[in-house]
Amino acid sequence: MSKIKFQRKFLAIPYGIFLVLFVIIPMVLIVVYAFSNTDPVTNKTTFSFDNLTTFFSNSYNLHTFLISLAIGLGNTLICLIIGYPIAYILAKKEYKFNYIIVLLFIMPMWINFVLRTAATRDLLFAMGLSGGEHPYISTMIGMVYNYLPFTILPLYTTMLKMDKSLIEASMDLGANKVQTFTKTIIPMTLPGIISASSMVFMPTMSSYVISDVMGERQISLIGNIIQLYFDQGLWNLGSFVALILLVIILGFMIATRNMEKEDNVRGGLW
Amino acid sequence: MVKKIFAKGFIYLMLLLMYAPIILLIIFSFVEFDHIDFRQLVSGENINFNLYKELFTGEDGETVVQAFKNTLLVAVVSAMVSTILGTFAAIGMYYSGKKMRKAYEIGGQIPILNPEIITALSLTILFVFVGIQFNFITLLIGHVVLTIPFVVLSILPKLKQMDNNIYEAALDLGAKPSKALTKIIIPQIMPGILSGFILAVTLSLDDYIITAFTRNNSFVTLSTYVYGVTSKRGAIPPTLRALTTIIVVVTLIVLLIINFTSGKKPMKKRGTRV
Repeated sequence: MSKIKFQRKFLAIPYGIFLVLFVIIPMVLIVVYAFSNTDPVTNKTTFSFDNLTTFFSNSYNLHTFLISLAIGLGNTLICLIIGYPIAYILAKKEYKFNYIIVLLFIMPMWINFVLRTAATRDLLFAMGLSGGEHPYISTMIGMVYNYLPFTILPLYTTMLKMDKSLIEASMDLGANKVQTFTKTIIPMTLPGIISASSMVFMPTMSSYVISDVMGERQISLIGNIIQLYFDQGLWNLGSFVALILLVIILGFMIATRNMEKEDNVRGGLW
Repeated sequence: MVKKIFAKGFIYLMLLLMYAPIILLIIFSFVEFDHIDFRQLVSGENINFNLYKELFTGEDGETVVQAFKNTLLVAVVSAMVSTILGTFAAIGMYYSGKKMRKAYEIGGQIPILNPEIITALSLTILFVFVGIQFNFITLLIGHVVLTIPFVVLSILPKLKQMDNNIYEAALDLGAKPSKALTKIIIPQIMPGILSGFILAVTLSLDDYIITAFTRNNSFVTLSTYVYGVTSKRGAIPPTLRALTTIIVVVTLIVLLIINFTSGKKPMKKRGTRV
């Protein structure tokens, strides 16, 4: 029998196996666990909708879910409002050293984000804003502080590629500044806006670290529920909550699938 | 002109805000006090280098330094695994058929799109399902899942820019495929491999959630240590302020070196394309 001839495409096989073992199978397990239950006495696993009813019949969970949605949307909006003009100014060619400034906006990432968040809390506290007394305000500040770089980067990359002559054309053809902004600039930067939103919204909803540290554990987000179930070893319920998040992500992807996205946003750091 | 000054002012103000907490840590690394208090700064008492001394000799410092070493260990080892596996993956994907490549791409997109907590929970369930005890290997797997898609994404564009004929020429001239690979392909995509590695280290250093879920609880990293203390309303351990200052200074030096040695490549291009 002849030896199988070396082909370069074989080099990806270990990666494929790795993805199946540690990405695909765990995802399948989440779905399986979300719709099954293990009897603690007989140790038998059966298909059931128990997790669904348990989750939705708990008003605390629903409350947490709504608060997470609100904080996620609020943070996405604030980050876009602050990040958009920053990216726009930086993407203009007329300033020197803009690349370095973009790097500077990202550099805080090299200090672990838990430490950064705790430092933000201490700064606010030293200035008189206590996380214990104003958990929502300080949590929002912590969120914006943490996710702003993720907003600026995709917006910046889209704006660099933007065809600036279209803006001039719009002005020449009689559109005023507001019209030019809403009809020309916003549509052209839509891919960046979508990527930025997807980088901010889900992580905000599902992370529990920032709200725990900034709000002194007075605010619960979806991440807190998952973490709580994790601590108690309630894998089935935890999986069900994760599945809800997965469905939201899937919905977002389907809703935006026809729009061109700015891919590799985190990879664009370097 | 006024508009320009306004725009610049806005950028610098935002930068200042972004860096304020870090600057705060740096300033108070020279103030020996258990929490951050501006009155200490005004009074001028306790301003000294004792926190740095404590970091390297004190009991509290020992925990912090150990946590830092653990963090670095995970970051470097997982980034190395990701880079090696990811480099082969990118080369293999580039030469795979359209369908296979798409399959790899979708698989790699999953950890990128998922919030970290889902990746963390799904891995935990896998380990529980199989019955593996949480240890250094499970933690490592978690970090490789987190970082490897980004390594692949850093390398693929470099492969597209590569001149394919050189590899064929090497084979025609009698080189074995393995030699052609290491002598021809790898050198051409080296910048992508390097940036992938640095990106992997960065993501791993910054991580908390995956670490918290997949580690053995006796293994303390910087992020788990800080979360443990500060989520219970505790102040940041003072020696950490000294450590942060050292990290910032080292990072700045590394950045400057990278900037000066990267030659005449146009800056903007590096920022937007990997």
